[in-house]
Amino acid sequence: MLQARDRLSPELLAELRALLPGASSVLCSEEDLLAYGYDGTWFESRPLVVVMPQSAEEVAAVHRLAAREGIPITPRGMGSGLSGGAIPSPGAISLNLMRMNRILKIDPVNRVAIVEPGVITADLQKAVEREGMFYPPDPSSLKQSAIGGNVAENAGGARCLKYGVTANYVAALQIVLPAGEIIRVGGMTVKNVTGYDLRSLFVGAEGTLGTITEITLWLLPKPRFAMTALAIFDDVGAAARTVTAIMAAGFLPTSIELLDRLTIACVSANVAGVFPGDCDAVLIFAVDGNYQAIVESELEECARIAREHGATRVDVAHSAQDSERIWNARRAIAPALARRRPNRLGEDICVPRSAIAQMLARVHEIAARHQLEIAVFGHAGDGNLHPNILCDRRNREEIARVTLAAREIFEAALELGGTLSGEHGIGILKKQFMELDLGSDVIALMRRIKDAIDPQGIMNPGKVFPDPGGMDAFKLQP
Amino acid sequence: MIDNLTACGFIGQDVPSEEGYSKCVRCGLCLPSCPTYLETLVETSSPRGRIALIKAVSENRLDVTSPGFMHQMSECLDCRACEAVCPSGVPYGQLVETARTQIARATRDRQAFTTRAMRWLLIRQLFGNLGLMRFAAVLTRFYQRSGLRETVRRSGILCALKLEDAEKLAPMISERFFVPANQRFASKTEPPKAIVFLHAGCVMHVAFAAINEASVRVLQRAGCTVVVPGDQGCCGAITVHAGEMEWGRKMAKRNIASFERSRADFYVINAAGCGSALKEYAEYFAHDPQWKARAQAFSAKVRDITEFLDAIGIDPNLGPIEGVVTYQEPCHLVHAQRISAAPRNLLAQIPGLRLVEMPESSLCCGSAGIYNLTQPHMSAELRDRKIKNALSVAPTLVATANPGCQMQVAAGLAAAGSSVGVKHVVELLDEAYKNA
Repeated sequence: MLQARDRLSPELLAELRALLPGASSVLCSEEDLLAYGYDGTWFESRPLVVVMPQSAEEVAAVHRLAAREGIPITPRGMGSGLSGGAIPSPGAISLNLMRMNRILKIDPVNRVAIVEPGVITADLQKAVEREGMFYPPDPSSLKQSAIGGNVAENAGGARCLKYGVTANYVAALQIVLPAGEIIRVGGMTVKNVTGYDLRSLFVGAEGTLGTITEITLWLLPKPRFAMTALAIFDDVGAAARTVTAIMAAGFLPTSIELLDRLTIACVSANVAGVFPGDCDAVLIFAVDGNYQAIVESELEECARIAREHGATRVDVAHSAQDSERIWNARRAIAPALARRRPNRLGEDICVPRSAIAQMLARVHEIAARHQLEIAVFGHAGDGNLHPNILCDRRNREEIARVTLAAREIFEAALELGGTLSGEHGIGILKKQFMELDLGSDVIALMRRIKDAIDPQGIMNPGKVFPDPGGMDAFKLQP
Repeated sequence: MIDNLTACGFIGQDVPSEEGYSKCVRCGLCLPSCPTYLETLVETSSPRGRIALIKAVSENRLDVTSPGFMHQMSECLDCRACEAVCPSGVPYGQLVETARTQIARATRDRQAFTTRAMRWLLIRQLFGNLGLMRFAAVLTRFYQRSGLRETVRRSGILCALKLEDAEKLAPMISERFFVPANQRFASKTEPPKAIVFLHAGCVMHVAFAAINEASVRVLQRAGCTVVVPGDQGCCGAITVHAGEMEWGRKMAKRNIASFERSRADFYVINAAGCGSALKEYAEYFAHDPQWKARAQAFSAKVRDITEFLDAIGIDPNLGPIEGVVTYQEPCHLVHAQRISAAPRNLLAQIPGLRLVEMPESSLCCGSAGIYNLTQPHMSAELRDRKIKNALSVAPTLVATANPGCQMQVAAGLAAAGSSVGVKHVVELLDEAYKNA
């Protein structure tokens, strides 16, 4: 069983050091425990010890020790997650995978890359693009997130509209199971129906079933042309209807991103000259392909549909720099929001594409009713919206309203046939709403799977599964 | 324990601002830009980690003199690559420099007498008094050129005193110094486009006199009259980075007053580290509105020489320099001052010289002021990484725009057995004029 402890005995520390002989592979100073206690959320918790294995065997050795002693393990990549997955569980070993950062193989014939979990996603993309190939998933954090974390959270990004999410690119995984067995699931063949699809079980499991130590990823040939356009709207509803119309017309852009009025205002305060001063919403379209004429005509079709649905202006980026300026402004959203108020609660709901306009209206209504500033942006083409509630967590009265609004946003998304999280994961932040989304039978089934794989419950406890008390136990303050 | 309520946080003036560290939203974007994170892959050695530690000390959860905190504040290069990529605008340089000031104050009483004496001599007197620096430089020059050095090196005494690395890093002292003494160098064209105050520097004026001379000639050709007032001094950056804020303020006041008296249009500097300090003088005077206003007016006129020349345009009569040059970006030019295009634009104008970009050109070379003395191991790791990157593009020359980088890269190239030379951008321009 799990044994709660807040100090590691000198004997166990010495044993860990013997298991991980690399330089500074076991960290336990006060400063190190502080630095490994946070991720991209505002949660904080101190790990028991930080370990930095350099191989699957070293990971397995840590798992065996943890299983023997009943110590929880929280795997960690770069710590940029937005749902608290890498926040150490109480008394947990923070299992840091950033020293396992080799690209082992890029195979153009089988179109796969074999990588260790600590490779930074942007570095992986650059490496495969040098070989003429393409790894499409592009979370906004791609420069500061590890591919292992992307797999563990099943990260998405702007290009998912056309290309799908991380899960669609995971061919095979090497996993260290809780008690230390090293297994492989999936394979390098295009077709594979041998047995249960366990690979899918581990993708998005948020470190609750095992530690990912090697990933085989599918690659695509790199499209030769990509173009971007920016459409300006006086009415956010018109922007949402444009998205629906483009999908209905049979086009499949690479991305359709939406920014609402408040988001645009925040970004424009930091990045001048990309978005016009007074508008209610913008859409960013990207189209890619191998033939320039086709890419251009598809983008022009999207522009035409946007104009027909009320866009006041559509600008096509004619150079790579212009296009990069638009995307840099898109990537500047999260920090721009952070500058407006001390804190923000970033949500990640996903609704069917047909319901985007309704969802946007609901969020803006919730914001007005609770007198909160909620900026909405996201991957509109996927129905994946990020309502960000801007607040000051030191203000208890405001946090009470934020808590209510967050709950109502989840409920609205579910009513419209959507889900709690599109790409950030559940972690700590959304676990109290799991039952509302999945129902008690599905949660019970998930628990049985969890118990079968991790009977001791040492893998990242306190994440994904709701604590007793359901939604009423949801709190944003520690 | 973290919740150590007896921990002693920051006190008095010059504390890391809550407004500053609260801007960090922990997105992690700074990590891949941080040289010490890239070398260690340890979160604690990253900007995000260090900000978390500064916050913990501010909230009395960690002691200002705890060994890990002091180590991290010292291991940071203050290269400010993180600040340049930070989307939230965290003023990282201000945070780490004030944290160092706090550590220096908190530990002053418990330092050994010899340590305090060395600090006093080096940080305050040597950099505070250019005359004393010249005296030290004359002694060093005698040591370097008389044959004494060979004797001492052979004797093993440096090794015994653990001064081996420091001795090798001491700059080669110039044959003649460039002493600021109210010189006035008239513009080559009339009327002059601007009157320019040249900051002669501390290390620059004794070890890189040739760069100052080249700066004067290139500025004259660009249509500027150059003045070098004798009452200027060291910029104070080394002093402030070492945590001696009070002395840094004295040095800043001296330069501000000297510039005001000179009535020059611009204050031009050819060392990136000094330039970024000169541009940030206002931060030294957060509690002194009168000097803060004077500092702001002063900083608005400060220009790095590459920035200045690129803006006003140089004399186009450049002769050829045949070769391949790669440009090493000084941290305090690219990150702290965000100047990246200007030096490249200047190099690109030299006929025959082909500019090839090295990988990681904006990653710190490990020089970072006196970092190579305080953190020799990390400094050497970063130097080796830099040399590998530079040599990977097979250059015949490395160009840079800061004396610290120039010494570090030159030392690294020599250690790697390479004969590739390192030149300041201005030296190359000056050489090209000679070839015309």
